Amino acid sequence: MQNDTTDATATGTATSAATAQAPRHIATVNDKLQTPDGNTVRLETRDLSVRYGISTFGVQNISAQIYDQNVTALIGPSGCGKSTYLRALNRMHDLGTDIEVTGEVYLDGENLYAPKMDPVVVRRRVGMVFQKPTPFPTKSIYDNVAAGLRLVGVRNRATLDEVVEQSLKDAALWDEVKDRLRSPGGSLSGGQQQRLCIARALAVGPEVLLMDEPTSSLDPMATARIEELIQKLKHKVTIIIVTHNMQQASRVSDYTAFFYVGELVELGPTQEIFSNPRELRTQEYFSGEFS
Amino acid sequence: MADVVVPASARAAELIPARYRNPGDHFFKLVVLGLSSSIILLAVVMPVVLFIEAAPTFRAFGFMDFLTETTWDPVAAIHGAWPFVVGTLITSFGALLIAALPAIAVAIFVSEYAPKWLARVINYTVDLLAAIPSVVIGLWAIFNFAPMMRDLVYMPIYMWAIEEAEWLIPIIGAPSTYNLITATLILALMIVPYTVALSRDAIAQVPVEQREASWALGSTRWEVIRQAVLPYARTGIVAGLLLSLARGLGETMAVAMLIGNRNRMPFTLFGPAATMPSVIINEFREAVEPLHYSSTMAVGLYLFVVTIGINLLASYIQRKLSISKGVL
Ligand SMILES: Nc1ncnc2c1ncn2[C@@H]1O[C@H](COP(=O)(O)OP(=O)(O)O)[C@@H](O)[C@H]1O
Ligand SMILES: [Mg+2]
Repeated sequence: MQNDTTDATATGTATSAATAQAPRHIATVNDKLQTPDGNTVRLETRDLSVRYGISTFGVQNISAQIYDQNVTALIGPSGCGKSTYLRALNRMHDLGTDIEVTGEVYLDGENLYAPKMDPVVVRRRVGMVFQKPTPFPTKSIYDNVAAGLRLVGVRNRATLDEVVEQSLKDAALWDEVKDRLRSPGGSLSGGQQQRLCIARALAVGPEVLLMDEPTSSLDPMATARIEELIQKLKHKVTIIIVTHNMQQASRVSDYTAFFYVGELVELGPTQEIFSNPRELRTQEYFSGEFS
Repeated sequence: MADVVVPASARAAELIPARYRNPGDHFFKLVVLGLSSSIILLAVVMPVVLFIEAAPTFRAFGFMDFLTETTWDPVAAIHGAWPFVVGTLITSFGALLIAALPAIAVAIFVSEYAPKWLARVINYTVDLLAAIPSVVIGLWAIFNFAPMMRDLVYMPIYMWAIEEAEWLIPIIGAPSTYNLITATLILALMIVPYTVALSRDAIAQVPVEQREASWALGSTRWEVIRQAVLPYARTGIVAGLLLSLARGLGETMAVAMLIGNRNRMPFTLFGPAATMPSVIINEFREAVEPLHYSSTMAVGLYLFVVTIGINLLASYIQRKLSISKGVL
């Protein structure tokens, strides 16, 4: 955590710097990359590599497109770089010491690693939910959800009330907590805490939501609720979810990316990947040879 | 088909006879029991002895009246603890007030901002400061710090107050070399290392997930500290402040050397005063009169009670912290 957040470890290329100047939100769908099957590219990585220390690569040369209005699942054995890849997408690696990110990440055509890009702004546009629920334990439920808004200077009570309510509804938590918004976030059950974290991330209106094994600490009931929630949310926000549970990937995702030893082996529609994987390594993984 | 997994403990039970005990075990247990019960005994005996020795004073003046009497004049056989209670409260709370913010700021700086090498240098320096014997700090202050502060700070303020702010005079008083404020400043210097170390420990307890959650919301470094680090560390920092306060209450040497030893109220900031430890250390050798002796013991009893009380409160808060994760 010693590096300053503004240290861009990755290098933006000349082309990406030019793209970065286009104002965001003004670009229409036509400006964005459209695929033949009618998808819009929300996020794209080109030759993205993350190196820990001198020689350990977390991921290497990942080029992938993530589509809007879809859930993309990242699967693969543990230690194969799923979290590393995910954390490169909101520049969390900037906070570590001795981590080098190279390559490019484009969000709506803007390179997130361009020299002028502020990592703090990147993290507002690309939200994140972690493996363990991480509500701020001393803050109330309300203040947890409002935390991100307050960071950007929203003080107006009515606005805060409205966004908090809407975010909690989006996270399917409103009905359970609407009568006790003032009690501490730490007083909720594990599954509720995780939905609170989702609400907190949604409140700042991110374009992409990253989820790193969000249900691995939850019981089956709570897991089912989160999976159901993910299905609903994908129309509001592009979702990328890491999971080591293949059933979960097939249940919640439209696209699946299979990672193996720091490489992206294959990325395609979930049904195709599961029923008819192109790569031998994917087939072997599904038939259980790696685990 | 399924293998029956035998727990290791069950297998051990088959190998070792149920009644077997290593004889060394028994001996060790006795030694530990003896040592720990003697410590408990000490903690119980100490206040009891203090109370018995102090009893003549409480009989003569009454428990409360001895506390609130503002004069301590052994020659006239008037003994009151109030000047020392007040002196102790002013120096220790004052020192805590002066030390707290800079110490917490240093703790935040070394844990959140400073590059590793600098953090190490600062931590080392702070630990070194804690290792200096208080009598050495007292010596330095007597010959160096105290006269310097008198000439460069207190005198000019006093002269200015005479001209411009006469209402200040009763509060600050005429500057003497050894006085209340100098003792408080030195005490602050002496508790800073503890406050820094304890705040640093409290900040180090904040889980990395809490910080990352805050980063991921788009916080800047300072916002992470405000949003995730300080609320989580708050309880630990408060407990650390209380422990520092307890140290300040009991700190004897440097304060006794610097405070000027005036045994009656009222005190002024730039004038001499006294504390509970300072009066004990200054008078216990001359306390041959029974009442004088028992009054010194009574002051010791008050000091004992207050220090134990603050320590208990601090450890209560720390225990609460480990159970309910930083909710204060
Ligand atoms: N902070 C780190 N420092 C050094 N190596 C790391 C660090 N984080 C992850 N790695 C390494 O990078 C590789 C990928 O890890 P990770 O992305 O966590 O895998 P996954 O999420 O797929 O389980 C692993 O070999 C892991 O040991
Ligand atoms: Mg992982």
